[in-house]
Amino acid sequence: MIKPSLKSYIKPQKLSEYPIGTVYEAGHLVTKNAGWRTVRPVMDMDKCSGCFQCYMYCPDGVIFKEGKSVSVDYDFCKGCGICAKICKLNVISMEAEKR
Amino acid sequence: MSKAFLSGNEAFAEGVRLAKPHVISAYPITPQTIVVERLSEMVEDKSLKSEFIHVESEHSALSCAMGASAIGARAFTATSSQGLLYMAECLQYASGGRFPIVMMNANRSTALPWNIYGDQRDSISQLDCGWIQVYVEDAQESLDMAIQSFFIAEHEKVSTPVMVNLDGFVLTHTYEAVEIPSQEQADKFLPPFKTGNRMDFDNPKNMAFSAGPDSNMEFKLQQHKAMLDSKSVIELADKSFAEIFGRSYGGLIDTYKTDDAEYILITLGSITGLVREVVDELRAEGRKVGLVKLRYLRPFPDKELAEAVKNAKAVGTLEKDISFGYEGTVYTNVNSALIKNGIAIPSYNFIAGLGGRDISKKDIIHMFEHIEKGGEYVNFIGLGVNADE
Repeated sequence: MIKPSLKSYIKPQKLSEYPIGTVYEAGHLVTKNAGWRTVRPVMDMDKCSGCFQCYMYCPDGVIFKEGKSVSVDYDFCKGCGICAKICKLNVISMEAEKR
Repeated sequence: MSKAFLSGNEAFAEGVRLAKPHVISAYPITPQTIVVERLSEMVEDKSLKSEFIHVESEHSALSCAMGASAIGARAFTATSSQGLLYMAECLQYASGGRFPIVMMNANRSTALPWNIYGDQRDSISQLDCGWIQVYVEDAQESLDMAIQSFFIAEHEKVSTPVMVNLDGFVLTHTYEAVEIPSQEQADKFLPPFKTGNRMDFDNPKNMAFSAGPDSNMEFKLQQHKAMLDSKSVIELADKSFAEIFGRSYGGLIDTYKTDDAEYILITLGSITGLVREVVDELRAEGRKVGLVKLRYLRPFPDKELAEAVKNAKAVGTLEKDISFGYEGTVYTNVNSALIKNGIAIPSYNFIAGLGGRDISKKDIIHMFEHIEKGGEYVNFIGLGVNADE
């Protein structure tokens, strides 16, 4: 999974600058999308065996390989908790978001 | 070129064969069934190389056509009445996504009371769904518009789906001598479908995205402008079609003896043929009457209509439709066109043929008399009871 990079959004000034219909270059992300997360996965990497099950199961593709380890992209993680559920070594705990 | 004795449905299927869609997805419904039956036979006997996809509903039929269009394939579907209404959600997806799908709709009454016969309430109820709507008069125009509609829908200035409407039974199931053009003629007229609005491994796209309050309205304005721009493409299609096939339908509207007409009846669909005959008979008696056939309801030919009736003393609109609680929707559109173009003449509405009721020559003579003498604005024609009881 390629970690998405945010692009700056330049609001079109003319109607002709809008795409014709609802189609645009794939992966053109201009906003973060994690605002509805109420709990966040927190990893205790000392316990991690590097099985990458969390990486495989994440439905939003926001868990990334970093060498033999993993990390979470909190700009896009919705906090569903599937990674915590799938981890057999209880590396991942879901902690309440503090606002 | 060859000649054959075909029903409206069969003629339309011949037109689709000549347009060579890559994908046909459809669910059968009376009185549309025969068009897709013929197409499935053509695919089976290999006279049409097309992927024929059997789906489980009309909602799926149009969703499937959208999927095909989203990979750059030419897609066709067909429906009628309740089927069109079941598609309603997808109609707006297809137009908003700018997928240039062509659909034949067999105009049929909508339930309840349940009825399989023709009227135009199904498609007219969907006027605002963002599709170009054309209404044809006979089997030849059905075949020809099957070909022309792909040209219009896929044109880069338009990129909007087209719905071709055939009156149920009176057109879909009646037989006429029809000229079938050659494949060479069709290929000369209709270029291959090309679009950047598609899934592509080399140039990946995100499709069918959302647009919030900050940009949604611009997309809708763009859609509206494309529909307005389609007027010039419709005229171009008619002209270019005439050059290759030798038949012209007049573009957005067709007129008959309107130049010096004092009283004009405005029609759409198959009833136009009978009205033309009545115009001839009344003309023979020295009465200055004429006819405007609205070929398209969207985009609405407002300026063209106003130009055609500007010297008339009064007009009437004949439609197989009622917007309950007001009047016929075509009439509402006609009146708006007259007012915007500064034409202040009496305008009457004749609502007829609902649920397949016959519209007779006598009824049409009565309409012309009503336009000339004046009376109620909105009139139900051919009722079996006294409405004033």
